[in-house]
Amino acid sequence: MIDKTLASVADAVADIGDGASVMIGGFGTAGMPDDLIDALIARGAGDLTIINNNAGNGELGVAALIKAGRVKKIVCSFPRQSDSHHFDAAYRAGQIELELVPQGNLAARIQAAGAGLGAIFTPTGYGTLLAEGKETREIDGRAYVLELPIHADFALIKAQKGDRWGNLVYRKTARNFGPIMAMAAKTTIAQVAEIVPLGGLDPENVVTPGIFVQRVVATGAAA
Amino acid sequence: MNRLSRDQMAARVARDIPEGAYVNLGIGLPTKVANYLPLDREILLQSENGLLGMGPAPAAGEEDWELINAGKQAVTLLTGGCFFHHADSFAMMRGGHIDICVLGAFQVSTRGDLANWHTGEADAIPAVGGAMDLAIGAKRTFVMMELLTKQGESKLVDRCTYPLTGLSCVSRVYTDLAVFDVGPDGARIVEMVEGLSPDALRTMTGVSLTL
Repeated sequence: MIDKTLASVADAVADIGDGASVMIGGFGTAGMPDDLIDALIARGAGDLTIINNNAGNGELGVAALIKAGRVKKIVCSFPRQSDSHHFDAAYRAGQIELELVPQGNLAARIQAAGAGLGAIFTPTGYGTLLAEGKETREIDGRAYVLELPIHADFALIKAQKGDRWGNLVYRKTARNFGPIMAMAAKTTIAQVAEIVPLGGLDPENVVTPGIFVQRVVATGAAA
Repeated sequence: MNRLSRDQMAARVARDIPEGAYVNLGIGLPTKVANYLPLDREILLQSENGLLGMGPAPAAGEEDWELINAGKQAVTLLTGGCFFHHADSFAMMRGGHIDICVLGAFQVSTRGDLANWHTGEADAIPAVGGAMDLAIGAKRTFVMMELLTKQGESKLVDRCTYPLTGLSCVSRVYTDLAVFDVGPDGARIVEMVEGLSPDALRTMTGVSLTL
């Protein structure tokens, strides 16, 4: 019997070690898997490379991970915000490396990894600082930049409901990076508000097929 | 000279958005355009974090923080609206499915280059978000900005001095003093506020302007 459900968030992140690359879902705080991140902080893994759209908001989630000094490098599109003070301090102190990626390229590079593509040619960023030194090509009269896929050892994502096969549905704009990160990581861990029996999700409306998900842990309804 | 207020600028942009358009409004000043979209037109707003058919802000106390816009403010979903993941969202832009995006800017060149993501200051923490994807992806990119900086320098320029967001991507620039078309043929004055002349605009901006 396939059963991807786990009893606790601590069990779910128990093998994330020092130096791991970890995709974390969420756009700001919507879709941020706070409970999994708390468990990761408690576990103590450091020197992490984090892939997220932002670099932490306020005190929870990715911000807490940065505050705890566990992040060596962050790959993101929009680090600087009114409440990104933990990242700002670590960055200015030279304690964290930043790879800045345009948001659509971030999504496309993650999706490319999940789809097994060796690279993508994207028009975004052509002629800008963020494409300096990168291979370019003109295709049908339009200029493109070669960008490589972004893989990760783990993805931590948040969904609304899951079943023991790992099928997931999301809630509103909390979906954001969840489906593509689930495809791109070697091990995808989903925290869900509710685990339902097989058949409890409408197969026409499953957003992430269970093949992309290795672990599911219920953390209760969102606050 | 009747300089337009920011709300008047938003209303002016809104007038040019046609029935049936799929539109993305950038963070900041462009967000105001939503308040002036004509009620007799069906216009769908896309938000890059994954919704199409974005509605107005909810009543106080009814915010759902899993239903937010690109500026991370609580919003609502119109009947018929939908959610999708980030790769689909940016495919809507990059794939040329969004008809119009409206962005703010530090500078726009007369040929349509855009600078709006980075001041270039050495100690600034850079953040780009979806600006580069939006600028080059939408069928038409509009810029909305005050024409002059607080120091009186023109933000419509021959060549951007701030780091670029995209090359030759802007088609129209709405400002508090005039509306311009920009592109391969340079800048053209579409309209001006009362009391302003083409020559006065040329002096103010220092760039060539056709009529």
